[in-house]
Amino acid sequence: MALTSPLASRTPGTAGAHPVALRGVGRTFPTAAGPRVVLHDVDLELTPGEIVAIIGPSGCGKSTLLRQVAGLDVPDAGEILLDGSPVAGVDTRTAVAFQEPRLLPWRTLSQNVALGLPRGTERPAGARRVAELLDLVGLSSSAGLRPRQVSGGMAQRASLARALARNPGVLLLDEPFGALDALTRLKMQDLLLEIHAAEPTTVLLVTHDVEEALYLADRVVLLTTLAAAAPGTGSVRSVIPVPGMRPRDRADHVLAELRADLLEGLGVPTHHRTPGDPDLHHSI
Amino acid sequence: MTIPGSLGTGPVTDDQGRVRAGLNPFSSSPAADEPDPVPGRGRTGAGVALDGGSPARGHRRPALARAWVRAALGAVLPLALLGVWHAVTTAGLVPAYQLPAPASVWTAAVDLAERGQLAQYTAISTQRVLLGFAIGGSLGLLVGALVGLSRVAGALLAPTIGAVRAVPSLAWIPLLILWMKIGEESKITLIAIGAFFPVYTTVAAALRHVDPHLVEVGRAYGLRAVSLFSRVQLPAVLPSMVSGLRLALAQSWLFLVAAELIASSMGLGFLLMDSGNNGRIDRLLLAIVLLAVLGKITDSLLGLAEKHLLRRWS
Repeated sequence: MALTSPLASRTPGTAGAHPVALRGVGRTFPTAAGPRVVLHDVDLELTPGEIVAIIGPSGCGKSTLLRQVAGLDVPDAGEILLDGSPVAGVDTRTAVAFQEPRLLPWRTLSQNVALGLPRGTERPAGARRVAELLDLVGLSSSAGLRPRQVSGGMAQRASLARALARNPGVLLLDEPFGALDALTRLKMQDLLLEIHAAEPTTVLLVTHDVEEALYLADRVVLLTTLAAAAPGTGSVRSVIPVPGMRPRDRADHVLAELRADLLEGLGVPTHHRTPGDPDLHHSI
Repeated sequence: MTIPGSLGTGPVTDDQGRVRAGLNPFSSSPAADEPDPVPGRGRTGAGVALDGGSPARGHRRPALARAWVRAALGAVLPLALLGVWHAVTTAGLVPAYQLPAPASVWTAAVDLAERGQLAQYTAISTQRVLLGFAIGGSLGLLVGALVGLSRVAGALLAPTIGAVRAVPSLAWIPLLILWMKIGEESKITLIAIGAFFPVYTTVAAALRHVDPHLVEVGRAYGLRAVSLFSRVQLPAVLPSMVSGLRLALAQSWLFLVAAELIASSMGLGFLLMDSGNNGRIDRLLLAIVLLAVLGKITDSLLGLAEKHLLRRWS
């Protein structure tokens, strides 16, 4: 984390990043057609300050996994440890940002961010922290606006600031940029890296965007849909370390290889040709 | 959230057809009588469900945006009616025992005022309405919140309350009189029953339909039970609650007259019945006009509060 260490000193209020350990996590939902196993035997370790992306086809349980780390859902098998102690209910050591900004429409952006402040924060300290976070996400001049008055990207930045207001040891992002337009999404990804540099927390990011995962994450976890897998196998199909320091070159050829692998893993043919492939020369 | 009077593509209006400014943010005119030709106007393109508020208001201010113009326009019909009434009665088209002239109604008002009865009747009726409304409204809020928030409470209470609600208002009167005698208690209880149901129904329904995403955010940020209610659920249902309160207030006046017609010695309902029995049609008309004016004034006061709230909320 050479990128993060010099900047971390700027924010003395930030709580330390927490390690996360998932051990044998499973979840079965009852449905009309009988119980459906969504997650099975998930083992995963996140080191403090690491960014881990979870990708997988729809219905593979990636959002469920994230909600379990947040304490919004409870696994029916295995355990989830934050900093060595199990997640109990909604955990103050984590903070979630969802695909939709989910801002309270009757509050201004700064009041929405203040919702994320830990209980018992003193008023002046809270106000300072909110102002600092709004500045970090570039919303200082919009602090007094209400959610309906701002664009989707701005609302999503406010939602990120709200999550950061908790000083989370683990930041949980559930497809946070999925509803944004392509350009805004790229800007938000860079913003997330800036935020991570300024306030290094452990980040667990659920996404359906392979490029996003490769651009942001230290490791990418590929989940599989259990219905399609052989019985007895776990949900985690593979964990892929992503090479290179951030910020990364989006057009890096190593990433392009990984991208092709991941997309094939998701069942999407990519028609990708490696540089050594003779077909490449014909096609140019 | 359901907004009474909201009709598809048109501007959102209240039960009296007035455009509710807070719910029609981009409508160029907050006046009621302008049809909305553009479907979906008043929504931003962002796809947020209930956009509202001030950002795009005030590009141009047509005459109808001015309060006094609207007030003047609203006075046109009552004044015209008064004129027609006067013309019809003075021309002798209708006999005075069926429809006395406006002047005689005024004389009756002055006469009653001189006896001190006008102020007394108005005051006692208003007091009954306000007391009954306050009691019934608060109970409606409380029970509505309980039923809206707790599935157990809903399953336990909703069917019974629904059945009680189906009882016509007049059916309560003999029972209340037997139980509480002919006094203030029986009347205020009846009015409270009338005020209870609109508040109960709107609050319970609105709480059940609070965006589950927002509730989940509240939970994810550590809000529980009371704090979740006060910070997320209550603010989310506040606009519906105020609509419910307005309906309840209208219902309170309705039940007041029912209570006073049957058993009372004072009040506007008593004036109605007494004048009817004595053939004093001038006083009867006076009572009706007074009920209209008082009902409109109290509703307008709540309407102002509602407007103030909606500007912030939606």
